[in-house]
Amino acid sequence: MNRLIIWYGELLTQKKLIKRGALFLGPGMLWLMIFLVLPGLILVLVSFAARGAYGEMVWEYSFDNYKRLMGYGIFGWTPDYLVILLRSVWVAVVTTGLSVVLSYPLCFFIARKPERTRYLWLMMVIIPFWTNMVIRTYSWFLILAPELPFAKLAAYLKIISPGMALYPSAFAVYLGMVSMFLPFVALPLFSSVERLDWTLVEAAQDLYSSNLRIFMHAILPQTLPGLSVGIILSFVPAMGMFVVPDLLGGAKYMLVGNLIQQQFGTSRDWAFGAAISMGLMILTMFSLYLYRRKNKGMELL
Amino acid sequence: MRKLNLAVNTMAFGTMAFLYLPLMAVAFFSVNNTKYGLAWKGFTLNWYLQLFQNEVILHAAWNTLILAVVSTSISTVLGTALAIGMDRFPWPKKMNTGFDLLLHLPVIIPDIILAAALVVAFGFLRGISSFFEPGLFSMIVGHITFQVAFVALVVRSRLVSIGKDVEEAARDLYATTPYLLWNVTLPLLMPGIVAGAMLAFTLSLDDFVISFFTAGPDSVTLPLYIFAAVRRVVTPQIHALSTLVLLATILLVGVMERFTRKKNTP
Repeated sequence: MNRLIIWYGELLTQKKLIKRGALFLGPGMLWLMIFLVLPGLILVLVSFAARGAYGEMVWEYSFDNYKRLMGYGIFGWTPDYLVILLRSVWVAVVTTGLSVVLSYPLCFFIARKPERTRYLWLMMVIIPFWTNMVIRTYSWFLILAPELPFAKLAAYLKIISPGMALYPSAFAVYLGMVSMFLPFVALPLFSSVERLDWTLVEAAQDLYSSNLRIFMHAILPQTLPGLSVGIILSFVPAMGMFVVPDLLGGAKYMLVGNLIQQQFGTSRDWAFGAAISMGLMILTMFSLYLYRRKNKGMELL
Repeated sequence: MRKLNLAVNTMAFGTMAFLYLPLMAVAFFSVNNTKYGLAWKGFTLNWYLQLFQNEVILHAAWNTLILAVVSTSISTVLGTALAIGMDRFPWPKKMNTGFDLLLHLPVIIPDIILAAALVVAFGFLRGISSFFEPGLFSMIVGHITFQVAFVALVVRSRLVSIGKDVEEAARDLYATTPYLLWNVTLPLLMPGIVAGAMLAFTLSLDDFVISFFTAGPDSVTLPLYIFAAVRRVVTPQIHALSTLVLLATILLVGVMERFTRKKNTP
């Protein structure tokens, strides 16, 4: 402990150095312990508790909340909650997938612009990234309103009855979700596309490979780092999203985020809400684990 | 190849339209001179003028600003100290892995889980102090919690990129620890600190979920107000408010990008 060391050109004892380091780390660490780690642990504990008659917490430990999440209620087994959980995974996967499909052309388009205007185009993607999600979600109300051509076309095609808006519906949820998370995929992807070595693509073209093979063998491996960050940045928040399904899906297309929000809002069942949060956490981590196993050696952020 | 180029361009334009059409519709209908419906009835700025007479909205704007300024100041100080503490001391490798995990935690868990955890934790802390009633104070605490990690990550990457040569040179010239920190490390770090603070500020303005879970009746912010309003009925006033928020975002992003770009090309 009292060994002398040279650290950054200063001669001092190890004990003194550790003390000084702790001084820097202390306040931030303490904050994260009290308001991040501790609440997380409490949430785990609470998920095993029960709800009292007036919405208060009752400390009777059981797996009841988790059984309820799996569908075992007083009236036998129902798949309602499981459907919502699986639907959330599905929506997150589809949202991320569609965002990736739309992001590639967008990134190529921006990367090929001359340097002067490229930055402006990139800004066009950065601005929605930072625009408040409530505004971005409700703005679809206007586009999908019954007075506008989109709803009229759908009514003409007999998809909806005339005079109805295109929301709330599953379709509106997907629309809102993809537009929400597309910039989350496109921005990290662009940083990879910008550095793409086009000579490899040209070489593949010279050797008469098909467009699909060019993409799979010359473009995808080179852009994988940015793509992976984008997929995680979009998939994780998409799993817990509740603003989009709340405004654009209504009761018709609930996701796990809405379910959690209900427990902490109107139902006032914190214990069950905590259990659903745990379920969401496990699903998210498991999905990321699967993705990481498929893409060994990828770097997170 | 030309056909492919055309397809890429068309898709890119389509995607841009997809991103911007809804936002442009909001701006368009914010100057439409009718209270109901989407028919064009002439240009007006009335909805904007009405905003500035609406006490509830002004109060919400004030709350949003206070929340962002206070949480950003505290999280910048905490995050910067945390980054220096992590990077500039010989911690064992295991501890460094722990630090990494802790900093990435708020980034990789869905924010609704952090919000739920905070609600439950505040519920318990209320037994100790009435500060933790839902309201501006708990919102500030919640915002700082996710901001600290982002600030620390940004500042730490700057610490790594400036290296330790200058600091060692200062030590060789007999700089004391406070002198070194104040006159060498912090000035070198400044671009990273400002970038981190701006990121934290934008995150706070942008946040909906954490605020929604921890807000009280008196601490409504603009995103919360807009959310509550559009669940009932969408008015042109809301369009006007949203357009102003959008313009503020564009301004903020412009400043932020300009700043971080300057850092990259000195």
